[in-house]
Order: sequence, then C-alpha cells, then structure tokens
Amino acid sequence: MWMLEIPPFLPFFIVAVIAAFTRGTFRGVIMVALPLVSAFHLWMVTEGIHFQFVLFDYELTPYRVDKLSLMFGYVFHIAAFISIIYSLHVRDTMQQVAALMYAGSGLGAVFAGDLLTLFVFWELLAFTSVFLIWARRTKRSYRAGMRYLIIQVLSGVILLIGALFYAAENGTLEFGFIGLDGIAGWLIFIAFGIKCAFPFAHNWLTDAYPEATVTGTVILSAFTTKVAVYALARGYPGTELLVYIGAAMTCFPIFFAVIENDLRRVLAYSLINQVGFMVVGIGIGTALSINGAVSHAFNDVIFKGLLFMSMGAVLHMTGRINGSDLGGLYKTMPKTTVLCIVGAASISAFPLFSGFVSKSMVMSAALENGYDWIWLMLLFASAGVFHHAGIKIPYFAFFAHDSGLRASDPPNNMLLAMLISAILCIGIGVYPAALYSLLPYDTGYNPYDATHVLAQTQLLFFSALAFVWLNLRGMYPPELRSNNLDVEWVYRRFFPVAAQNLFSAVWKLDGAIRQAFVSRLHKSLGYLSGIYQVPNGLLTSSRPAGSMAMWVAIFLAGYLFLSFIH
Amino acid sequence: MDNGKQYIFDNPRNIKRVLYGLYGCCALLVALDFVIHRHVIHNWENLWGFYPVYGFVGCVILVLVATWMRTFLMRPENYYDEGDSEIEEKSGPNEKYSAETGGKNVDA
Repeated sequence: MWMLEIPPFLPFFIVAVIAAFTRGTFRGVIMVALPLVSAFHLWMVTEGIHFQFVLFDYELTPYRVDKLSLMFGYVFHIAAFISIIYSLHVRDTMQQVAALMYAGSGLGAVFAGDLLTLFVFWELLAFTSVFLIWARRTKRSYRAGMRYLIIQVLSGVILLIGALFYAAENGTLEFGFIGLDGIAGWLIFIAFGIKCAFPFAHNWLTDAYPEATVTGTVILSAFTTKVAVYALARGYPGTELLVYIGAAMTCFPIFFAVIENDLRRVLAYSLINQVGFMVVGIGIGTALSINGAVSHAFNDVIFKGLLFMSMGAVLHMTGRINGSDLGGLYKTMPKTTVLCIVGAASISAFPLFSGFVSKSMVMSAALENGYDWIWLMLLFASAGVFHHAGIKIPYFAFFAHDSGLRASDPPNNMLLAMLISAILCIGIGVYPAALYSLLPYDTGYNPYDATHVLAQTQLLFFSALAFVWLNLRGMYPPELRSNNLDVEWVYRRFFPVAAQNLFSAVWKLDGAIRQAFVSRLHKSLGYLSGIYQVPNGLLTSSRPAGSMAMWVAIFLAGYLFLSFIH
Repeated sequence: MDNGKQYIFDNPRNIKRVLYGLYGCCALLVALDFVIHRHVIHNWENLWGFYPVYGFVGCVILVLVATWMRTFLMRPENYYDEGDSEIEEKSGPNEKYSAETGGKNVDA
C-alpha cells in the first residue's frame, strides 16, 4: 500500500506549512487531528525498511521501522498531541510552526536508518526548536537561545564528522551498533552525549529550557534528549562507560535542583536526572535494562511533560515561576495542584504510577549485573528525585507560605492536556502490561511483587519524612532569588572575561609598540633634519616649492622625450 | 485580593493531621518489614530497615550538602546579565543573601 510509504515526519512538515498560512479554529482542528491520524498510520506500519535510495555510492535509508524506533515514534506522537492541545490558545504562528517542525524532526531522527539522515534531522531539531526559545521575545531568551543553538549545532557538526569517519572505516552509513572503537565511534558518542546532556555538556538544557515560552518548554522537554537516548540505545547498548556517566547524571543534578529557585529550572535538572537512569540502562545493555531505559524514556516524556505543563500553567496564570515568589496556589488552582501531584508521584516512581514500572527495571538490572555501587547511587537519586521534583515542586508552588497570589486554574485546553497526561501516568502505572507489550524485548518482568513495592514505598515515605523533619527544624534551604554557578560559568563568564582581559592586554601591548615606533621615527627624522638643516639641503623642511616645480617640469619633459623616441 | 475565605491548610490542625498521617504510614511500613518476606538480591537489603534508613539519611545528606554548596555557588540573580566589564567578586556574597531573607521561609 502506498500510504505506508509515507515517513511520519512528512505529515508534520506539511501541516507546519499549512499552519503558517491558516488561523483560528481551522488551524486548531488540523493540528489536533495531525498526531491522531499520523499515530494511527504508524500503528499500521510493519517493521522493516520502507524507503531507501543510493546517493554517491552510499545507501541511505530515511525510513526504517523496528521495535525500538516504533516505541519512540509512539511516544513522540503522544507528546505532540498533548503539547498541541496544551498550546491551542497560543496565537503566535511562529511557535505553532516551530513546534510542528520540531516534532517532525524528532520523528525523522528516530526513523532514520543511516547516519546522514540522522545528521539532517539532528540539525533540524536544533534549528526548529530554538524558535520556541526565541518566541519569548526577551533579551535573556534571545541570548539563551543563541547559546543553545551553538551547542546543538556543534553536536551536529561532530556527528557529521563522526559519520564521515564511520563511512571511511566501514564503507557504510547504516545506523546500527557503533561501539567505542575507533575515532568515528568516539566522535559520534560525543555528539550523542552533548544532546543527551552528559555531565559538563548539560548546561544547554538548564540554560535554555527555562527561558523558553510556557508551551515551548513542554514541547522541548519531550524530544531533544529522548532522540539522544534513542540514538545511544541504538548505537551504544552495553557500553560500560555509559553506566558511570548515567549514574553521575542521576546524582549531581539533584543537588542543584534542591537549591534552584526557578521551578522550571528545577525540572530541567530533574530531566537530566531522569535521562541518567535511561543512560545507565543502556550502558548495562541486557534485555531487561534496555527495556527499562526505553520504557522510562516513554514514561518520562509524559510525566515530565505533565510537570512542565503544571509549572507552565503557574507561569501563565501568575507571571511568576520562582519558588520565592510562589506558594499557596492550591487555594485557587486546585485542579492544577492535583494534576501536578500526579506528575510528581509518577516521576518519584510511586507504585501505581508510571515511573515505578519503568525505573524499577533499570534498578533491578543494575543489581542483577553486579553494579552494587551504581545501584546505591540510583537508589540515592530515586530518593533525591522525590525530594526535589516530587515534593519541592508542588510544595513551593502550591503550598508553603501563602504568597497572596490568587490566580485561577488555567484555560480548559491546558487543563485537558494535563488531564490526558495524568490519565496516561496512572494508566501505565496500574496496567503496565500494555506498555511492556510494545517493548523491544520480552522479559516477563513484573514490577508489582511485594519486595519491590515495599522497598520503594519505604524509600519514598522516609524521604518525605526527611523533608518534613528538615522543614520543621528550619534546616531546609529557603528559596532565594539567586543564580547558582554551574559548568556554564566557564563559557558564560570565565571565557568572556578571560578573552576580554587577553584582548585588552594585547591592545595595550600593541599600543605601546606603536607608540615606541612612532616616537623612534620622530626622533630619527628630527635627527636627520638636524643634520641637513641648511637652505636647499636634501631633507630640510624649508626646501623652496620652486625647486619641486622645476623637478616636475624636468620629469614631464623626460616622459615627452621618451614617448617621441619610442 | 484575599476574600477572607478559609482554605483547608489555613487551619493548622489540618496540617498536623497530614503530618500524623505521614508518621503513621512510616511506622506501618517499617512494621511491614517484619511481616513480608523479601526476595533480596543483595546482602545490604537484608539489613534491618535498609530502605527507610537509606531514604532518610540520603535526603538529609542531600539537603545539607546542597545547602553547603550554596556558600560557594550562589550568585545574585542577574549575575550573568550584568555589564560585560564586571569581574567576578572574589568573596562569596552569600552572607548578604541569607541575612536578607532570614534563612527560613517555611511555615508548615
């Protein structure tokens, strides 16, 4: 059937063009219908290669479907559907078009069967998403978007160089297992790592996401990092280095999240923490752990989206997002509060919520494969994520001290989008078999045995107890208007200041040299003119103009003579 | 702005109720440790109260370390937006900030 040959990114790009020229209800209807129709279409697609052609001796496969890519394809459709509903009230055409192009690029990337196609969508992801940041139209967001774009494009360029090396080494561009041997493997690994927010390359995320628009951040949180997780799962499963990188990613952001004031930045740190679990799962590389990583990516898109949506609702209705300005909103935003708590329970992996059924797979796999210390780190990170995302976010936004803000619940489309996410979070948590049936491997895993449930519940309740205890003792760090230094300091402060100092030193030196040269020149001229300071002398400054006129006349006469005899 | 309406947590007794509920759950969960037989993979899991203690201590350490990190990481809100000629201050400006806000803003 010819219908099946249409790769999923194409309808998104076409509707993006239509959205650019339409307005109002028509645009709303067509945008909501798009992910539904496209998801139905994807459901019908069989696994295998659907589109392939040859370019300069290399076989390119822009559309390849297997279980791994389908999983991400489905969740990207869900994310697109939810964020389109969430942003239905937005009249800004630029944002709507950018969002559709961005979602399409994400879909293109996960169905790319070769590295060159992957590179194209990799860069498209960067160029389309940056408009969601710039759409805030502030100086801050412009600068943050610029930094974001530079880092994302850098990642793409490294990917391209890596792909070229890969083609030279292996004679093919097919995107399968790559592994860390050879320069190509490392380059591609670094490119994926930047987009995956590996430690030291993570600040683009915490810098840019909180600066995007209310709806933009929701969409951003779904695609870029998950495309990177997909790429790692395809290219580097079982790479032990990933276990350690992932474990670091789960742990260090939670410290920053605890002291961060901007609640959307707290969620950005928490996003890195969740991606860390996925990276560990990919690194362990067993069927169970890969399943865990992929299903956790699936769930994370939904519950992290829900949390970003609830904070977006707060920002939309109150114009504030700093924990220090908020509090007591449960009084007038009860629906948002409840929906936010569902998201918080899901990310914290409470039993019967979606995070539990996927994260426990990664944890079990770590333990079964002898990664004891990694398991302890993941356990600490699980407690920590509950602390900062599960408690801190709802507590400081909706409870804590009464800020006096009396904003009402957001528009219905935003509530509906959050409701759909919340239902999915609980649905997957209660009936994980539906999610498990989509996974790449069949492991027969059951998260709901008494041991797991009890252990996780104990961990979480005592984390909550710690929060209460610290709060009552007054030891919990208060929300302060502040900015915490992170690795970004190197390129946002150190390099600019260092470059500034370097250039000012260079200019100073340059000025001194010029000064010295000019003064020498003056001196020597003075000296020479001192020697020849006689009337009609060769270098004297008092030479009569008449002699010059005479010499010009002599030269011209010479020319005339020469032209005659020639 | 406030219409004087009483909301659920305006009454301190309701906050107390929530807290007692939490304490009760915690006690129950520890008690369940004796009842439910665990299928442990790792020896540490056999230790009495491993998960509760780990969760509690982990979170306290997390918060204490994060609070300590503030002493050298915290900068004013517009730190990166200041004039380009501004050079980083040598001493940590945290004393000023914690003094301003009193170091505590919870009323639970």
